[in-house]
Amino acid sequence: MFTIVVMRSAWRTLDAATLRAVVVMCLSVLVIGASYGVAAHGAGLASWQIVLIATVVLAGSSEFVFVGVIAAGGAPVVGALAGLLVNTRNFGYGLSVGKYLRGPSETLLGAHLINDETAAMTATEPDPRRARAAFLLCGLGILVCWPAGAGLGAFLGSVVAGPEALGLDAAFPALLAALAIPALRSGATWAAAVVGGAIAIASTPFLPAGLPVVGALAGFAGVEVMRRFIHGREPSAGPSSPTGEARRDHEVRR
Amino acid sequence: MSTGLSLGIGVALLAVGTYAIRLAGPILRNRISVSAETEALMDRAAVVLLVAVALTGALFVEHDFAGWARPAGVAVGVVAALLRAPLAVVIVLAAATAAGLRALGIA
Repeated sequence: MFTIVVMRSAWRTLDAATLRAVVVMCLSVLVIGASYGVAAHGAGLASWQIVLIATVVLAGSSEFVFVGVIAAGGAPVVGALAGLLVNTRNFGYGLSVGKYLRGPSETLLGAHLINDETAAMTATEPDPRRARAAFLLCGLGILVCWPAGAGLGAFLGSVVAGPEALGLDAAFPALLAALAIPALRSGATWAAAVVGGAIAIASTPFLPAGLPVVGALAGFAGVEVMRRFIHGREPSAGPSSPTGEARRDHEVRR
Repeated sequence: MSTGLSLGIGVALLAVGTYAIRLAGPILRNRISVSAETEALMDRAAVVLLVAVALTGALFVEHDFAGWARPAGVAVGVVAALLRAPLAVVIVLAAATAAGLRALGIA
């Protein structure tokens, strides 16, 4: 019931372009889910286990890490801890998108929908009503498409061509980058992303999976401290919205 | 192959832990009243996280360089996005570029 009401109001709030973006996002999640299903199948998991894990964890990259550890003969608990490290960034997303979840039941249900895709759809959307609708619709779409894709991959197994041969490994980073671009037109966000991105790239060869991304936030904190230091006693120096300058671009793009 | 029980414990740990990480954000966010500036800061932090995920995902497989095909595909997708191509075009171009380069023998 909750789902139906949310879907209907979300549907009415969103414009055609945002809906298209959500559909494209969900379709690519379906395909990436299939490649996860193939990998999990190869690691010796049964189809029902693969779909169950995809549903209750609902965090793609951590599931790849989890399954990878198991495939290499590692203990599942070790895989789970590595996966949790990968998922720490969802705390940061939750701080941003949490404002769109109203009341205890919506918070409890909506929290499960926090991930890269919903954060990308939401944190870059300046209009609060559309941001909330995009979050819920995209989140529910992924809740369906990720496990469905995983089940499809598990079922088809090696029949599916390798995701690399189809270039699908390039699709997801491109998708996230494309969604982040409007917000990056703001100078402060751009500077923070450059410093944070550089830290993440430089530390990836050395740190366990997940930590480099969290390390990017340390760079972000550094940039913010610098900004405050430079602007000194002008509290209004910073832009009040990270997407302020990008707002008009964004409307047009979508 | 791990036994059913140890697999179950691993899955439960990953699922419950991930949910707790996710839930902590909205709960904290809605407990405290934040200024517009702090709110902007949190949105900016989310964008920094997304960019870091996209960059590391474009360049690395675990700890090693992913080869040229993947970052080239992502770069083509980003250029298309900068030229305001629709999201579907961005994704198809990125995947097609990476797949095409691999078909030509460029890993």
